[in-house]
Amino acid sequence: MSIDISQFHDVFFEESFEGLDAMESGLLNLDVGAADVESINTIFRAAHSIKGGAGTFGFMDVSEFTHVMETLLDEMRNGERDVSSESTNLLLETVDVLREMLIAVQQKTDTDAQRIAEIRQKLEAMLAGEAAEASGASGNPIEVDLTADMVESTQITIGWNINFRPHQHLLQTGNDPVRMLRELETLGELAVVVDDSKLPPFSDLEPEDSYLSWQLTLMGDIPKEEVVEIFEWVDDECDLAIEEIVGESTVAVENTAGSIKDESADHQVPIIVVEQAATKQVEDAKPKASSATPATTSIRVGTDKVDSLINLVGELVITQSMLGQIGDNFTQDMLPQLIDGLAQLEQNTREMQESIMRIRMLPISFAFNRFPRLVHDLSGTSGKKVELKLSGEQTELDKTVMEKIGDPLVHLVRNSLDHGLEMPEVRLAAGKEEIGQLHLNAFHQGGNIIIEISDDGAGLNEDKIFNKAVEKGLVDASEVLSPDKIHELIFLPGFSTADVVTDISGRGVGMDVVRKNILSLGGSVSVVSKKGEGSTFTIRLPLTLAIMDGQTIRVAGENYIIPLVSIIESLEIKSTDVKRLSGKGELYPLRDEYVPIIRLYEIFGLHPKSTDLEDGLLVIVEGAGQKVGLFIDDLLGQQQVVIKSLETNYRKVLGLSGATILGDGTVALILDVPGLMTLYKDPSLAKVLINDEQVA
Amino acid sequence: MAKILAVDDSASMRQMVAFTLKGAGHTVTEAADGQQALTIAKTQAFDLVLTDVNMPVMDGLTLTRELRALPAYRFTPILVLTTEAGTEKKQEGRAAGATGWLVKPFNPDQLLATVRKVLG
Repeated sequence: MSIDISQFHDVFFEESFEGLDAMESGLLNLDVGAADVESINTIFRAAHSIKGGAGTFGFMDVSEFTHVMETLLDEMRNGERDVSSESTNLLLETVDVLREMLIAVQQKTDTDAQRIAEIRQKLEAMLAGEAAEASGASGNPIEVDLTADMVESTQITIGWNINFRPHQHLLQTGNDPVRMLRELETLGELAVVVDDSKLPPFSDLEPEDSYLSWQLTLMGDIPKEEVVEIFEWVDDECDLAIEEIVGESTVAVENTAGSIKDESADHQVPIIVVEQAATKQVEDAKPKASSATPATTSIRVGTDKVDSLINLVGELVITQSMLGQIGDNFTQDMLPQLIDGLAQLEQNTREMQESIMRIRMLPISFAFNRFPRLVHDLSGTSGKKVELKLSGEQTELDKTVMEKIGDPLVHLVRNSLDHGLEMPEVRLAAGKEEIGQLHLNAFHQGGNIIIEISDDGAGLNEDKIFNKAVEKGLVDASEVLSPDKIHELIFLPGFSTADVVTDISGRGVGMDVVRKNILSLGGSVSVVSKKGEGSTFTIRLPLTLAIMDGQTIRVAGENYIIPLVSIIESLEIKSTDVKRLSGKGELYPLRDEYVPIIRLYEIFGLHPKSTDLEDGLLVIVEGAGQKVGLFIDDLLGQQQVVIKSLETNYRKVLGLSGATILGDGTVALILDVPGLMTLYKDPSLAKVLINDEQVA
Repeated sequence: MAKILAVDDSASMRQMVAFTLKGAGHTVTEAADGQQALTIAKTQAFDLVLTDVNMPVMDGLTLTRELRALPAYRFTPILVLTTEAGTEKKQEGRAAGATGWLVKPFNPDQLLATVRKVLG
């Protein structure tokens, strides 16, 4: 029987990549403080698992390569080798190569054989540099002995005399002499003589001890290692003597057991040949079978999450059967029961929805994990000293959001390292600690996740930013801007303050791209900075992209949804308060600032009964760091809405982020606040929208 | 068929072992480390325990020693799945009370053959 184990490859790759991440972060922590045994053990264990798994699943290159690494780690673990920065760096490189090898195997592409050989050589050189003995463990002395035996025993073996005397406690290892005798029987004709001379009187008999011994005669041309193998697990727990019976087969057979026929001995050889051919075929077939497996993306879910789902489904079934019973023989007086049942159904549905959403949630540590390495490497090349602090790593967010936030985060971290933190001597001169602090923090706030990237570096240089913005024609030199407004400038397209384009940041990708990416996730990014004390970038993201809290509003008889997170407040206004500016539209004085008013019916080309601002409401919303007031007819309810993409069902529409289906079955469009602002600033885009819609 | 407890911190190995054994008609319970296995073993009986050696929280040899100390597991076959073929490692396993071992990497057929060997 042969079992296809390629179905476990995905799991193997997944856990191997996790193992590599663990090794990487473990190695990075090693050079910070004194290496403790447990962290080396963790690294070793990860390497060990990858080696074992790779061997099992037939990736011998990976397994052999990991073996060399494991040997080095084993020496560190046993205290035979010091943890130097040299060895840690080599191991980090090894992790990289190993990751590349695994990716290559997974995607069935070629590996960089030269790089692998180079790293392997370095590892071996390091190993050879000190304890040469340790590498001896890779060999298998037993196997060598056995092959030697086989070569020697070319003379005809017709059987074995075995004297098997178990020690008193053999049974307590879970081994059973009877089982071994049965197994011997499968090899050839077995004659058994029991020696019960050690058996005590029944009253003294310890049922857990063994007293019996056996004199066994096993006939047949059986290789010695097969006999030895049967006793392999107990050779310490017994006295064992295995003696070869040599001679002419027929005579020997008659002398001893007397029941084995000539032909049975002759048949042994061809049978073995057939078996070898069979295994060869299986090996040939393997690579073909595995090459067809498609790569799938998977998500790891804690069993508790699955359990709670199953539990909820159970409750749903109960509710359903209860409602079914009510429906079968419904009378008017059962109305309260029906209402109760429906309330329960609603609760079940909501809990289930939350549970299912939780399945997609992963701790943000998945995104944070790459930063220790990044910071380590960057501080190495730039000469800056940095201590990275991570907190809130267990904060969960949607897998899709996680995948998309990775790059913006990397950019912000690179940015902090490159522009924010100063060189050690500059820091010392400024009276700061030599080592700069970089802090990544994540936490939940309402329906959002907040990620903060803060450093205690120089802070944003406002003069430089302003001059640069003037130079780029982004602002007028005569404008007087508050520090906050100046900080905002760095998010404008085409802005980069780096005097020289460095390796770290400033590769033509600016903060504007970071902001754009974050906005496309329905989030926002802002910066708070104080000169000489550092900067904090704050990213605010929705927990999930599939569901959001929405406020249903009414405009000219149509329903729309405003994302609840963007609403600041809603108010009734007096039209006498509104300032009208030619060319700039209407402004409403909200405490100490003027907020532009966007009349939604104008944007969507609707005709409400009244266009008087006093007949409706003004909803103050915020998007892209700016406030606007949306003029609407009425506020309806708040509810969680499932976002249906317009792009997949229709096409992208500026000012709308999607659509949803309301409880009564009607479709409501979801407003995209930053998009509305763009439309408001450039009404020509609105014309395009309306024209396009007429065409469509 | 037999009730088997399979212990390995590597999910792929555990799944492979469980899949192979289930295919042969056995009932398999999985545990990700020695501590987990021990907790499970205390609440139900098994005909065979298969354990990896190098695991976090509690390694396979400690698990073997702990199991052997339980009356219900004094004679239960415990097989150690080890990457080390060296004699030293085998001695350690034996000293801990393991019935036998299976050297990694192994294929499903080898696993079944070994299991058949202990279960008789």
